[in-house]
Amino acid sequence: MLEQTSRPGPAGGLTSSAGPTDRGAHRQAGTRWARLRRDWPLLLMCLPAVGLLLLFHYVPLLGSVIAFQDYSPYVGIKDSPWVGLSNFQWLLLDESFWHATLNTLTITAFQLVFYFPVPIVLAILLDSVIRPRLRLFIQSIVYMPHFFSWVLVVTIFQQMFGGAGLLSQLLRENGYEGVDLMTNPDTFILLVTAESVWKDAGWGAIIFLAALAAIDQNLYEAAAVDGAGRWRRLWHITLPGLRPVVILLLILRLGDALNVGFEQFFLQRDAVGREAAEVLDTFIYWRTLLTGEWSYGAAAGLVKGVVGLILILVANKVAHRFGEQGIYKRAS
Amino acid sequence: MKTANPSWAERPTLIGRFGKGTVLTGIVVCVLFPLYMVVLTSLSTQEAVTRAGGLVLIPGELSLAAYEQLFAGGVVTRAVLVSLGVTTVGTLISLTVTVLAAYGLSRPGSLLHRPLLFLVLLTFLFGPGMIPKYLVVSGLGLVDSYWSLILPVAVTAFNLVVMRAFFMNIPKEVTDSARIDGAGEFTILARIVLPMSKGVTAVIGLLYAVGYWNSFFDAVLYLNDSSKWPLQLVLRQYVYQGQSLFAGQSADTALAGHAMPPNLAIQMSIVVIALLPVLFVYPFVQRHFTKGVIIGAVKG
Repeated sequence: MLEQTSRPGPAGGLTSSAGPTDRGAHRQAGTRWARLRRDWPLLLMCLPAVGLLLLFHYVPLLGSVIAFQDYSPYVGIKDSPWVGLSNFQWLLLDESFWHATLNTLTITAFQLVFYFPVPIVLAILLDSVIRPRLRLFIQSIVYMPHFFSWVLVVTIFQQMFGGAGLLSQLLRENGYEGVDLMTNPDTFILLVTAESVWKDAGWGAIIFLAALAAIDQNLYEAAAVDGAGRWRRLWHITLPGLRPVVILLLILRLGDALNVGFEQFFLQRDAVGREAAEVLDTFIYWRTLLTGEWSYGAAAGLVKGVVGLILILVANKVAHRFGEQGIYKRAS
Repeated sequence: MKTANPSWAERPTLIGRFGKGTVLTGIVVCVLFPLYMVVLTSLSTQEAVTRAGGLVLIPGELSLAAYEQLFAGGVVTRAVLVSLGVTTVGTLISLTVTVLAAYGLSRPGSLLHRPLLFLVLLTFLFGPGMIPKYLVVSGLGLVDSYWSLILPVAVTAFNLVVMRAFFMNIPKEVTDSARIDGAGEFTILARIVLPMSKGVTAVIGLLYAVGYWNSFFDAVLYLNDSSKWPLQLVLRQYVYQGQSLFAGQSADTALAGHAMPPNLAIQMSIVVIALLPVLFVYPFVQRHFTKGVIIGAVKG
């Protein structure tokens, strides 16, 4: 059923505001009043969603001004003293902030190498399964963990690899000492990557499967007739066919470089220790909500948001430079 | 989707087929095996757990004792009810709001279409930090209210855009003819557009429902009162962190320094309870996860 959405036409998604003549019935004709009389039900329908977004997205966005204040909840935003950039100065001098940033970036880089390719390989593998029923079966199993909560995933990993988990149990039965991978800071980065792969790699493969399905099958046949073997077809047809999606997701991931999945780290920070498990979001949480330094946390959050925005715009620009489409089209 | 090996392709080699089969089997086992052990342990008697020295691999004596104990009232029963309630109410609200807005934004050229769409799409690029969000929620007096788990996450721009892309693909002749017959927009949405969009509505509904069921950090942030905790927090407290569920009930043993050890079967039952709704709903919606859902939205 949903296959339809794979071709949203010229007016879907992020570029959709481009074509005013898409729907003949609703040309931008008539006075504002006439259009209001015609379109008021549509506006009414948008109202709840717009209200919620304004209230829980844009109002907090405005509320970020407390980053420039010495905010106190008892005084309120209006009367809290303005302190200029001093929160940001403190932040830049704060060693634990840099430590958290470094941890975040390390984990992002590590996962870019060891997580990012997994869904691509998985999609190619799934795509090569020819029997439809078998394929559907495997697909529905590998998608499933995506719908488990992080608490659940971490708990299941604990049962497998924790001090009292299955691995230790088996080791002890065979006369070795048990290991507790859930509290070991040295292997923590491997652990979180494994958790991410278990939870989300299958789901991540969907988008690549869609891209694979969109490749013209005649290309494969023509290449095979010309004598290209399966590996050459993979290299010259499949991978180039995946390239736009891979680049799109790389851009999104880069824009998200400062986000490594908050709940996963929040949950495990106590067991593993700050040294390895403190990332930017957990830093903000523990620094602010437990000490009441609201302005400081807001400043850290603002820095994180702005840097993320810059990253995504830069990555998109680079993609355009290389002739790729990126997340939004050029203004032209 | 290919249904047979095309005639021009070379026959698969034996090693290739064997290798692929092994890898795929390995992947499926990796996903299912932990779940199997968790479910089996939750159904085992205490003796079977003790004999296995931990998680149970081979089925021994089975019993539902752990579940009976959990559902006899108390922390877990209450948490399940809280989670079910939040999930039901939240999903209904989210679906209603999303469907309405997706339809309202599905007609380029209508009044305020561009600014409103921009407002939705901008949320992809830049989000508020955790702290200002917390201050707004607490400023609205929602701390320690279940609404704090629902309202801030009630609309997801992503789901809204997916739904809108789907609505825009419905041929406009269909809706136009209804309009000529005098149907209003609400009627068209309810009578024509929605019945044509059952699949996408089911998927979006599942995504929202799973979000609410799995809601964890919002509850950490906004619910100070532990008697209001949803299931995910109970799962963390009593399984991941291993606190004894019955510590309060056996105050005398706790005093003597012999708090009841967390019973593995009971812990695994909590895991299964957290797992179960997802496992139940998933097969019904899973067939709709074909290629289009994500790409239609992200790619535009």
